[in-house]
Amino acid sequence: MKQPFPFSAIVGQSDMKLAMILTAIDPSIGGVLVFGDRGTGKSTAVRALAALLPPITAVKTCPVNSAVPADCPEWANVTTKETHEIPTPLIDLPLGASEDRVTGALDIEKALTKGEKAFQPGLLAQANRGYLYIDEVNLLEDHIVDLLLDVAQSGENVIEREGLSIRHAARFVLVGSGNPEEGELRPQLLDRFGLSVDVASPTDIDERVEVIKRRDAYDTDYTAFMLRWQAEDATLRDRIISARKTLTKLKTSDKTLRDVAELCVKLGSDGLRGELTLLKAARAYAAYRDDTALTRSHIRDVAALALRHRLRRDPLDEAGSGTRVTRIVEDVLGA
Amino acid sequence: MMEPWDRAKTARALLAIDPAGLGGMTLRARSGPARTAFVNHIPKPHTRLHPAMATDDLIGGIDLASTLESGALKRKRGLLYRDTKLLVLGMAERADPQFTTLLAQRLDMDDSPCLIALDEGASEGETLPASLADRLAFHVNFDGLAISDIGVGPNASETQTYGGVHFPETLHHDLVTLAARLGIDSLRAPIFALRAAKAHALFRSDSTVRSEDIEIAVALVFAHRATRLPQEAADDTPPAPEPETQSEEQQENTTELPQEILLEAIKAALPPDVLANLANGTAKRGKGAGSGKRRIGNRRGRPMPARDTPAKSGSRIDLMATLRAGIPWQTLRKRALPDHAGAIIRPSDLRAKRYQEHSDRLLIFTVDASGSAALARLGEAKGAVELLLAQAYARRDHVALIAFRGTNAEVLLHPTRSLVQTKRQLASLPGGGGTPLATGLSAAIDMADHAKRKGLTPTVVLLTDGRSNIALDGTPSRAQAASDATAMADALNLQGTDAVVIDTGNRPERSLADLSKRLGGAYVALPRANAQRLSVAVATHLDQ
Repeated sequence: MKQPFPFSAIVGQSDMKLAMILTAIDPSIGGVLVFGDRGTGKSTAVRALAALLPPITAVKTCPVNSAVPADCPEWANVTTKETHEIPTPLIDLPLGASEDRVTGALDIEKALTKGEKAFQPGLLAQANRGYLYIDEVNLLEDHIVDLLLDVAQSGENVIEREGLSIRHAARFVLVGSGNPEEGELRPQLLDRFGLSVDVASPTDIDERVEVIKRRDAYDTDYTAFMLRWQAEDATLRDRIISARKTLTKLKTSDKTLRDVAELCVKLGSDGLRGELTLLKAARAYAAYRDDTALTRSHIRDVAALALRHRLRRDPLDEAGSGTRVTRIVEDVLGA
Repeated sequence: MMEPWDRAKTARALLAIDPAGLGGMTLRARSGPARTAFVNHIPKPHTRLHPAMATDDLIGGIDLASTLESGALKRKRGLLYRDTKLLVLGMAERADPQFTTLLAQRLDMDDSPCLIALDEGASEGETLPASLADRLAFHVNFDGLAISDIGVGPNASETQTYGGVHFPETLHHDLVTLAARLGIDSLRAPIFALRAAKAHALFRSDSTVRSEDIEIAVALVFAHRATRLPQEAADDTPPAPEPETQSEEQQENTTELPQEILLEAIKAALPPDVLANLANGTAKRGKGAGSGKRRIGNRRGRPMPARDTPAKSGSRIDLMATLRAGIPWQTLRKRALPDHAGAIIRPSDLRAKRYQEHSDRLLIFTVDASGSAALARLGEAKGAVELLLAQAYARRDHVALIAFRGTNAEVLLHPTRSLVQTKRQLASLPGGGGTPLATGLSAAIDMADHAKRKGLTPTVVLLTDGRSNIALDGTPSRAQAASDATAMADALNLQGTDAVVIDTGNRPERSLADLSKRLGGAYVALPRANAQRLSVAVATHLDQ
């Protein structure tokens, strides 16, 4: 089985890569939305992400990957208390998935053969404590979107069907990608993503040549290529793990909090979610850079990622929200 | 110079060598001997797909029949996930975003099959969705192919591992630069070209990629993707390869390839009309299919997965899905109701059918009610509205009318398909004053936006004879008015709304033709238009 294209080997696209690293450091930032043209490496990056994520400890046979036996849902009848290390789940939500498949439903096989009512967990259960990836998220059917919004908000999946009354934890990082030409995303869903990135094909010829060369090497000289880049991925993973530790010790001054608040008021972003996300992202970024205190420069660097999708749209502004954020960041924080 | 038939032959031979890496090909041809000859030579076994196939058939689901028979859960594998390595998609131009995405996801996987998309589109816009076309290396158009050109099919070669083919380093740079000069954004294109060149080297049983391989590869992969032709020695082209690469090139005498030769190869592969469009810079880039154009109903359209919605009046019950939901419970329910004969179906098992259909159209007439000819123009517009509404039932059109004059724009008729309502509301029409074109367009943008939210597909029809002379804020300044109008036209275009500009002036107005370009729409000059001609012009445009 061929491993996916390594994360470190992706050329350029620094915003997208940074956003993904930040959510890996602090999953509570709440997911990444990647919007961009065809052939810019959106899905390649998401699939490569799995290799970067540190493994998690989970109870054996637990369908929702609980960390300790006490967290296992009752209906699962988990008898073992043993735990094991598993890779962080990265679950694909395919576009045509039915509601049953997403939330889980009656286990047909057991009902049919043994006459037992049993619950068969769905994708949301599998994604607990991990990532849920939706490609072409803007084409997702409305009723699935409603369902996801509900679960993403409460962190809990509740199934009430005939005879079945089941609830289980469903905390996951939502990663969505899409092509804006295919349609817009509902503002409510847009909000649920902590960070958003616009990607475009690199315009620099040398960068483009490098993309082609690496892809070619991956196809033709797979073993040597993976040997080289998996080492880089491992270094990055170590950096993420150490950043998670640094994060707990990171100091945030009141002055920085004021900066963040002022920035969000100036931008007119709706609700407090923007402020919270910006703060978390900036902290994760500082930890990633191994700094001990949060400063203005951290906020400046991640402001566009955290706020761009929270502004009201202006049809006459061709430059896009990213430029607007940058402009106001310069006003508030100084260039 | 490569004839379409040869291109198709070569493309197919290369696909046989590297099916997964090249993704596949699009064949654009109407039904005819050439298409038949090609389709007959598609190697078997292959799986045939159709755009109207339901999601379950494509990606799999529960196999009800054998589940019941065996008493154990049996899943069926979707057509996309079976062992066949070759998919053939008929009527590819009808593929909607949902179908396209499922297919594209499959093509992105490691063990992806090869897709031959048969595109029978008649008009320019009717074509394979861009997200799918981008994932297929080749595109062949059989337009204007004579029967005598049709030869025999090529021999499919053995699939070979092509890691061994030598690919000179400098060529990476050449391919990427060439793609950039042709305005090809997607990075899939150079990757495909590279693989195609290698496959062609193998096709010739050679272990090194040579210039002829590259020439054929770029002609097959780049030609149909080009969005512009580089000007001779244009300013924005990147500098020629650096001296060191040149010295390398000299070492590799066999692969020395000036870009101009490759460009010639591409030009030769393009049909003349496309070439002309490219040279003018008027070629359209592929657009997304636009998800605003579909909506989900429960009466007609393409079938979608069934849902357990509460049965609304008028929704149709999906019997299979209902049984599928109810059958697993039978053992349990029988226990509770031992005397009951037959299957026990509860209301919660009911599944409603859902369909996806194309949405109704909304024509937004935005009419200039300023100046002297206003009354006549409004009268004719009203006539055209009524004429179009008379045919509206068959075409499922809704119509709205906005008039702009003085300093503001007024919605005279809200979106409707009721002829009676229209006649009543349009009984009296005001006229005279300045021309606030930007304000009128802005009102049209708002209405189009609302319409889209309701699932309608709006088209703006702008009727005017003159220049804008009132700015958005109501000041009478020609310069400001013109730039505002341009900005609003851009906004309308950005919104993705179709537009037609109908010039009712006695002499065609140049600025209006420019405006229609901004809008990305058509420009029709109709001096002294009457209602009849107006409705015909609009209808013709819509049917294009």
